[in-house]
This record gives sequence, C-alpha cells and structure tokens, in this order.
Amino acid sequence: MTGPVLPTIEPPPPGAVPVATTSAKKIARRETIRLLLHRPEFLIGVGVTLFWVICAIGGERLAPHDPYAGNPLFSHAPPGADGWSFVLGTDRLGRDVLSRIIVGSQDVLVAAPAAAVIGVALGTLLGLVMGYYRGLVDDVLSRFVEAFLALPVTLVALLTLVVLGSSTKTVILVVGLLFAPIVARTVRAAVLAERELDYVQAARLRGENGPVIMSREILPNITGPIVVELTVRIGYAIFTISTLSFLGVGIQPPSPDWGLQISEEYSMIINGYWWTVFFPSLAIASLVIAANLMADALQAVLQR
Amino acid sequence: MLRFIARRLALALITLLLLSAIVFAISNVLPQDVGRSILGPFAPQESVDALNHKLGTDRPRLEQYIDLLKGIVTFDFGDSYQSGQPVGDLIKTTLQNSAKLAILALLITVPLGIFAGTMAALRRDTVIDRVIVMLGLAGSSLPEFVTSTFLVVILGLQLDLLPTLANWPPGANIFTQIHYLLMPALALVLVYFGYIARMARAGMIVAMESDYTRTAMMKGLSRGRVIRRHVLRNALLPTIAVVATSTGYLFGGLLAVELIFNINGLGRLLVTAAKAKDLPVLQAGVLVIGIIYMFATLIADILISWLNPRIRLGSEN
Repeated sequence: MTGPVLPTIEPPPPGAVPVATTSAKKIARRETIRLLLHRPEFLIGVGVTLFWVICAIGGERLAPHDPYAGNPLFSHAPPGADGWSFVLGTDRLGRDVLSRIIVGSQDVLVAAPAAAVIGVALGTLLGLVMGYYRGLVDDVLSRFVEAFLALPVTLVALLTLVVLGSSTKTVILVVGLLFAPIVARTVRAAVLAERELDYVQAARLRGENGPVIMSREILPNITGPIVVELTVRIGYAIFTISTLSFLGVGIQPPSPDWGLQISEEYSMIINGYWWTVFFPSLAIASLVIAANLMADALQAVLQR
Repeated sequence: MLRFIARRLALALITLLLLSAIVFAISNVLPQDVGRSILGPFAPQESVDALNHKLGTDRPRLEQYIDLLKGIVTFDFGDSYQSGQPVGDLIKTTLQNSAKLAILALLITVPLGIFAGTMAALRRDTVIDRVIVMLGLAGSSLPEFVTSTFLVVILGLQLDLLPTLANWPPGANIFTQIHYLLMPALALVLVYFGYIARMARAGMIVAMESDYTRTAMMKGLSRGRVIRRHVLRNALLPTIAVVATSTGYLFGGLLAVELIFNINGLGRLLVTAAKAKDLPVLQAGVLVIGIIYMFATLIADILISWLNPRIRLGSEN
C-alpha cells in the first residue's frame, strides 16, 4: 500500500514556534495516519476491534439464538450440538455460547473506553498541576500518587465496588478514578520536560497566568504522550473491567459480559465443559491484544 | 549508604500512613450501618445497636482509624463479620498459601525471564528475539484468569498433564504440593515472564553498546568473559526493580488465579470477603498487600543503590 507522496516536513527544533499553522498541523496529522496504515500490527488491531464493534452494534440481530433464554434440554451441549445449531456449545442453562459472546461485547466496549477517557482527563489535569507548579503541591500530590500506586488497581477497585455497590456506571467511574494517578505520573514527566522551554518562559514573561499557560501552551505540545497513554489505558481498562466482572464485582448479570460468563462457569470446568470458558477467554484475549497492538503502533509513530 | 536507607525508610513510613488513610477512607465512603447490614432489615433496633457496640462500629471514625494503624503494628485487625474469627489469623494462614504459590512462580519466572531476555539481546533482531518479545507481550497483556482458563483447558483437560485444582491431599510432601501448584504457577509465569524478559533485554542492549564494553572487548577479553564480568552486572539493575515490583503484585494480584485453582490464599479470602461485604477482612487484606508491595520496592531501591553507587550519591546531594 503506497500513500500519496507528501512533502517531508522538517520537525521544528525544540522550543521553536510551538503553535503550528493549521496547514502544517494537517500535513503532520496526515503523515501520522499514513505511517500508521503502513504498520501491519496496527491494521490487525483495527481489524479485530472493528469485528467486535460490529458484533456489539449488531447485538441480538446478529446472534443466532436469544442470548438470555435458557433451554434445559440443551444444558452444557458441546460445540456443534443439535446439527451445528449451537456452533460453540451451550452453558449450564442451555444458553447459546456464540450468541452470548456476540452480545457480551457490548458492555466492555462501552465501559473500557469510557473509563480510559475519565482516567486520562483527570490524570492530565493532575499531571499538569503537579508538573507546572512543582514545589509543595507536587510533593504532596506525588506522595498520594505513590501511595495509590502501591496497590494493585484491581484490588482497590474491588474494595471500592464492595463499598459503593456494583453497576456498570460505578465500574466505569471507579476504574477511571484509579487510572488517574498512573496517567498523572506520565503527564507530569512530560510537563517537566516542557516547562523549561523558551515558549513557556515567554508566556510567563508576557504575564500569562498558570492555568492559561498550562491549557493553551503546554497542553497542545504534550498531546502525543497523552494520546498514547489513552490507547494504552483502553487496553488496561478492558483487562481490569473483565477481571472485576470475573470476580463478581464488575458488570452484573444477566449481562452476557465475557468476564461474567467465565465467572459463572469456571467452577464446572473440571467436568469437561471447556467451551463455556474457553471461547469467552479467547474473545477477551483477542480484544486486549488488539488494543495493545494499536497502542504500540501509535506509540512508535508518535514518538518517532 | 546508611543515610540513604534512613531516607528511604522515612519516605516509606509516610507512604504507609497515606496508604492506610486511603484504604480507610475508601472503606468508609458511605455512612453504613454495619450491624443492620449483618442482621438484616427485620432485626430489632436494640440488637443492631448492641452488635454495632460489640464490633466497635458505633465509635467515632478517627478512633476506628487509629485502631487500624495500631493493627498494622500488632497485627490485630478485629474479627471477621462473616466467620467471627480474628482477621489477623485469617490473613496469616492464607498468606502462607499465597506465599508458596508466589515463591514457586518467582523461582521459575526470574531465571527464565533473565535467560530469555539475555538471549533475545544477544541474538537481537533474529527470529528468537522476535518470538521472545512477542510471547512476553502477549502473556503480560492478558488478564490472569484468561491465561489460567487457557492452561486449565489445554494442559488440564485436553492433555491431562497436570492436576486442574491445586487441592493436594492433606499431609502431602513438598514435591506433591509443587506438582499441584505447578499449573497456577505457570499461569503467573506467563503473566510476569514478559516484564522481566523485556527489562533484561533492554538492560543488556544498553550495556552491550556502552563504552566500557567496547573497551573490554578491545582489551582482547573473550566475548563470554566480557558478558559475564562487565555486561551482566550492569544490565541487570533495572531487572531487579521489576522483579521487586512483580513480587509485590504476585502477593496481591493472585485473586483470579487462586479462585480458578481453588487455592486457600489471601486472594481468595479477599474475594470471599468482598462477596460477603466483610469489610474488616477486606480492609486489612488490601492494606497487608500494599505493605508487602512497599517493602519489596524498598528492598529493591536499597539493593540497586548498593550495586550502583551513582544512584546513592546522586540522591544525597
């Protein structure tokens, strides 16, 4: 695949003319997209994600059976049972595994990006304040961030969800909040590198105040790391939210969410009913790896 | 060196205070009537009040927080709402089982990860390198319960190689226990192998390209000798940090693995406590895991600064 031939643009020397003109910005963006489309891992990631997005949008219209309706006659039917009517078999209540996997993509595909966006928004705000003001504010907030990072996210989320009660909304909110300190650390590092540059000094000499410098001067120049962080966080959000569902404090029944399906069936695995957990696991694995492939490609292209 | 350790210890103490405050704050976000939630909506108010008094949940929040802090020192965290047993004892017993699994996983992962990372760095950009990096990335990006179910289905059910549940017969000797723990340990190896291999690989590549390696090579030392005497000890510094962090997570991130393989560890205790809304167990368990993680990081910091004087001296000035 060869893209249109574009004039190669010299990267601006660090610290010079930070606000690019609109056309230069457009060219840079087009160049980024062109480079991304040349990376096979990015295309695979996009392909797999699109597949699940189509499943989520199609939902019950695409599913061969009703994902919620059980059929006691077909409890734990193996894959291919009933003349391939149940391609991936059925679960303990006789519900079709394939239909449940198709519809089960809906919750996680909404919850994970939402949690990632909340985490990155809050984390960016926190990181900007810490990196820009430094001093006491930074010291105090850094201690808090470090204390938070001493705990595995899944564990704090478990504790919080037990106290607040589980619903898809609280899961999104809690995971988003817990991602904020992690994002803040990355953003803080990026801000520290920017704040000593000439354009920030110039803005300060012009008499601009802190919030204006942070939002109008520094923020546009650290969008690269923030976008990368967002894609990385989406991968982690899928990871965390499906784990929480598996532990029983995430997305709640009767949703056919993948993690929840595994949680309902794993104790019966020793009886040989492998299909009820294997196929949802495969679905989670494919989505997590797809998200990571896209994040890796984006990181390689934006930080070239 | 002593000054460095003292400084790190003081910082760790502050983190510990904040950690306990965060955990306590989360557990007390909602004004909850513990007695009412245990006894149910139809219990008479007097018995609810009596239970609250007995559990100490009718006292001021600050007093309860100070109790939690005292608990960290004396390991007395009150009694479980669910079973009535002392929380400290519950944590001690289950922690032993978790430790067995974590140590077995570490004993496999660390040498394997360092070996694979070193191999990848020495054979950079070859097929071996690509395979190691890809395997590591895939393993570390998947949730533990997903890798565990894959292992159970493939190794346990289809190939029938290892026991599917980690429930060894009572009184089993250490080798039988290891046999039963092998599959859950493998699940953890798959998850943590990638982190360690990646760090070892990156450290090796930096060290191989450094001036001192070139000097050693030009002195006429053999490649093996240069790698053993000069490259490895510099290359493995970042890996030590990662091993320490994963040790911390191995003790706390075992929730799903312990559940799937039915191990009576701290992780499973926490999930059971979560389902029963048993806050004293949950609160203390999360805190203990945070403390383990903190100490692991502390030891790594001290070890690294001992191995590399530049870090130690840099932070003193």
